[in-house]
Amino acid sequence: MSTRRIAAIVLRQLYLMRGSVARVLPLFAWVAVDMVLWGFITRYLNAITRAGLDFVPTLLGAVLLWDYFARVMQGVTTTFLEDVWSRNFLNLFATPLSTGEYVTGLVASSLLTSAVGLAVMLVLAIAVFGLSFFGFGAAIIPFLLILVTFGLALGIAGSAIVLWFGPASEWFIWPIPAIVAPFAGVFYPISTLPVWMQYLARALPPAPVFEGLRAIVAGRGVAIAPLAWGAVLAVGYLVAACLVFGAVYRRAVRVGLIARYSAESLG
Amino acid sequence: MNDVLRVTDLRKVYGADVVAVDHISFRVVPNEIVGLLGPNGAGKTTTISMILGVLTPTSGSIVIDGIDIARNRRQALERTNFAAVYGALPGNLTIVENLRVFGLLYGINNLESRIDAVIERFDLGRLRNRKSGVLSSGEQTRLALAKAFLNRPTLLLLDEPTASLDPAAADDVRRRIRTYAEEAGVGILWTSHNMYEVEEVCDRVLFLSHGTILLEGDPKRLPAEHGHKTLEELFIAVAREPLTIGAH
Repeated sequence: MSTRRIAAIVLRQLYLMRGSVARVLPLFAWVAVDMVLWGFITRYLNAITRAGLDFVPTLLGAVLLWDYFARVMQGVTTTFLEDVWSRNFLNLFATPLSTGEYVTGLVASSLLTSAVGLAVMLVLAIAVFGLSFFGFGAAIIPFLLILVTFGLALGIAGSAIVLWFGPASEWFIWPIPAIVAPFAGVFYPISTLPVWMQYLARALPPAPVFEGLRAIVAGRGVAIAPLAWGAVLAVGYLVAACLVFGAVYRRAVRVGLIARYSAESLG
Repeated sequence: MNDVLRVTDLRKVYGADVVAVDHISFRVVPNEIVGLLGPNGAGKTTTISMILGVLTPTSGSIVIDGIDIARNRRQALERTNFAAVYGALPGNLTIVENLRVFGLLYGINNLESRIDAVIERFDLGRLRNRKSGVLSSGEQTRLALAKAFLNRPTLLLLDEPTASLDPAAADDVRRRIRTYAEEAGVGILWTSHNMYEVEEVCDRVLFLSHGTILLEGDPKRLPAEHGHKTLEELFIAVAREPLTIGAH
């Protein structure tokens, strides 16, 4: 692994961001809108319910973590799609760049850009709506690590999908967080789901994160075992996604896609 | 003299039976410009893609500056670079940004001074902070060449480098490539459909047809050796009647 070649991928993304409102705005605009929308919803729910429940940490905290997860995933896919849109694969992969270095560059770019979104969300949630983010205690660290790892895994897998099916398949990857959300129990306990959905939820790393978040708010401790299982799953998904990307890349080199990659599917 | 490129028994089959390149062998030595000629679909770009490591050969070997690309892709590609009309650099980066990104990818030391040198060499100084996408065809070609020479390659692959240029710009580009290549001792594999250009710049040519090398020789003598007045006539004959030419 060469840090220079990884830095080249990150630098390219930073150059694209610099001076491009169209690229910088999405880093924080939509998550800020989500924070404002859900912030007022939680205020309203707090006002009309008399059960003494505080919806700010449960709902707004969940939205914040979920949006961060989605930003991490999209950070990877957006960096990858920049190469699709500019038809840059031939230029990139005719250099000494390896797929491992390329994927690491995508990951590093995503971590940098998603950090901007997280910072904006934290400022809004804490300063405007009084979310006590750090009230989640040390558990917030594994929560974030699991979501980041799973977000990176889905981003890399999504990039592999586009590499396999061609540029027109990019719409496959944008709705992935929305498809995963109902199964992951972001806003409700997993026990709310029908049994068959609960089985799927157990295979998703975010499920124990949001169960843990609700447990903290309810004054219970976080169950370590499910969280550890979530971490193992997330790492497993990340490794699998990297292997899939590598396999799809090797196929692309075998059938000539890298050399000919252009509009529409060539797969 | 060591070969900068040695291609041995190279073959590429797409799917079950589409043979794009069929057991070709050739070499390029330092300071030599070899023209890879042939009609559309002859296998020129497929051959170049395999040498660049972006297409896996079905069989055969590619050795760049003594390094087998199948065994040590990174080291082989550190010594290689290319410019192709279909490989434009990202248009949303400026010239200097593009060169910086590709300089890092090639692991170039003293990158900033090297960027300044190629920018000056290809007369891109006043454009250095301009987005690549808004450059004229001639300027984009000069940028592609600046990128191609950035890592001081021992092997340079040029796939129709002057295809979209007017005659004056094409002449300027040919002159710059020739001068720089002579100074740096680079071996060049050059594809073109412009036979005037090929005669002017190439020391040797390989005629590809249906994935095989049909003819090889000096572009100035080859037409007469095969009963044609010009290289263009020979090219047309190869394109229309490859079997007849091959049996000549």
